[in-house]
Amino acid sequence: MSPTDSTAPAAIDEICAVAVAEAFRGDGEILCNPIGTTPIIGGRLARATFEPDMVMTDAVSVLAANILPVGDPDAERVVEAWMPYRDVFDIVWSGRRHVVMGASQIDAAGNQNLAAIGDWRRPKAQLLGLRGAPGNLVNHATTYWVPNHSTRSFVPEVDVVSGPGYDRVAGHSGFIRANHEIRRVVSNLGVFDFANDAQRMQLVSVHPGVTVDQVVEATGFELILPDNVPDSRLPTDEELRLIREVIDPTGLRKAEFGG
Amino acid sequence: MPDKRMTDDEVVDQLESGMTIGIGGWGSRRKPMSLVRAIVRSDLTDLTIVSYGGPDIGVLCATGKARKVVYGFVSLDSIPLEPHFRVARQNATVEFAEFDEGAFYLGLLAAAHRVPFYPTRAGLGSDMLTMNPDLRTVQSPYDDAEELVAIPAFQLDASLIHMNRADAAGNGQFLGPDLYFDDLFAKAADKTYMSCERIVPTEDLLNHGTFHTLKIPRLFVDGVVEAPRGAHFTECPPDYERDEAFQRRYAATARDPEAWDAFRARYLEAPSHQAYLAAVDEDAS
Repeated sequence: MSPTDSTAPAAIDEICAVAVAEAFRGDGEILCNPIGTTPIIGGRLARATFEPDMVMTDAVSVLAANILPVGDPDAERVVEAWMPYRDVFDIVWSGRRHVVMGASQIDAAGNQNLAAIGDWRRPKAQLLGLRGAPGNLVNHATTYWVPNHSTRSFVPEVDVVSGPGYDRVAGHSGFIRANHEIRRVVSNLGVFDFANDAQRMQLVSVHPGVTVDQVVEATGFELILPDNVPDSRLPTDEELRLIREVIDPTGLRKAEFGG
Repeated sequence: MPDKRMTDDEVVDQLESGMTIGIGGWGSRRKPMSLVRAIVRSDLTDLTIVSYGGPDIGVLCATGKARKVVYGFVSLDSIPLEPHFRVARQNATVEFAEFDEGAFYLGLLAAAHRVPFYPTRAGLGSDMLTMNPDLRTVQSPYDDAEELVAIPAFQLDASLIHMNRADAAGNGQFLGPDLYFDDLFAKAADKTYMSCERIVPTEDLLNHGTFHTLKIPRLFVDGVVEAPRGAHFTECPPDYERDEAFQRRYAATARDPEAWDAFRARYLEAPSHQAYLAAVDEDAS
């Protein structure tokens, strides 16, 4: 199947991109800052449809006013602002940002590990590091994208906390508690959030074809399960067209799904 | 105006073992690699390297020059984790201080402004404080009384940066999309040494870019080295892109000690920048 075949039914990668896009609904005029192929497709899709006021970088150093194809450094940009890295940090601290990051490990309270597996003093596996996660989480909304949902990624306790979860910010200032928000976790199996009194991860929807039992089995902690779990919504025809013809015409999104 | 031109080996003569050295650029972008290689072929040792890290940190770890590395990340961009740094961390052969990327900026800013620290919320709740037991928090003296992390000033004995153009007096010009934090590295250090693609007459600088690109004034620069392709294999736009093929070869040597020995001997220990470029060009053709 060609990635540009606009008549084919929605594939899992496209359902996931839409699930990421939905995380930005209601954000308005903020910096939409997704990191990674599927998140970038989701962010650009949200801006091309229901969140047109968001600003987005070209993944290098400017804010581009037009919808860019993912992974194409030569695409023509309509530049609306210069955005070197120093200004990105200023925007982090302003709070006017919603980031999508990966998570090598995530736990029930939303603690994220991007840093290391094992003891950080001498890790079994050195990963990307803390990166910007400590600052992101205490300043603005965060969504996580986990393409390989398993008991190795959804764990009882993360080895290192890069981005703090709800339990780790509970004792901190009113400012931090007011600005800390893990909007969603999107995996290849379903969508999750923390919108309950315990602020623990709950299942919001399963992707079409995935069962609740499958999600429970692939999760290394107890998920909060509502009585009725809907399917994640399917992309609209217009969303499929945008993904396949405008945002990712070369099918880069397939790579995270073994394609 | 002063004439601060010198060679890369003369820069290294100004450095001493045990120093804390800041390195400009970002990941695998506009790194002063000819100066890094000059350190590799010197007898300097026990260095503390402060950097938004790329192959500068990888090379100085793998050659045993770095005793400690202080960083916001260590990446080759197109290869997300610097493989030589990964080996150094997993074998615990280097001391380290890892900061949130934005907190790292505040450490440079505090040193540039000569204040002991800048406050931030970054680190509260995460393991940044666990991993840096020397970090302290402060309480706001105002009515909010909020607890904040005090990011200490990154006091640098010397900084090394690479610019697209410069004049002989030490005015530096960046022509790419991002200065990164090179101006702060220059201001945070007791001495700053700047390599550049080309030294041009001062009156010629505005023929290359607008005055907005002249972000490194000479009062923060102590030495200027003309080093065409001095950032190779990192990118230095608009002069050149990253040499991805060469970077892949460099990265692959992290898993192969024999290949690393050969790479080190042929490239890193080449007797001069010119000899390095000759080897690179010979092997690429």
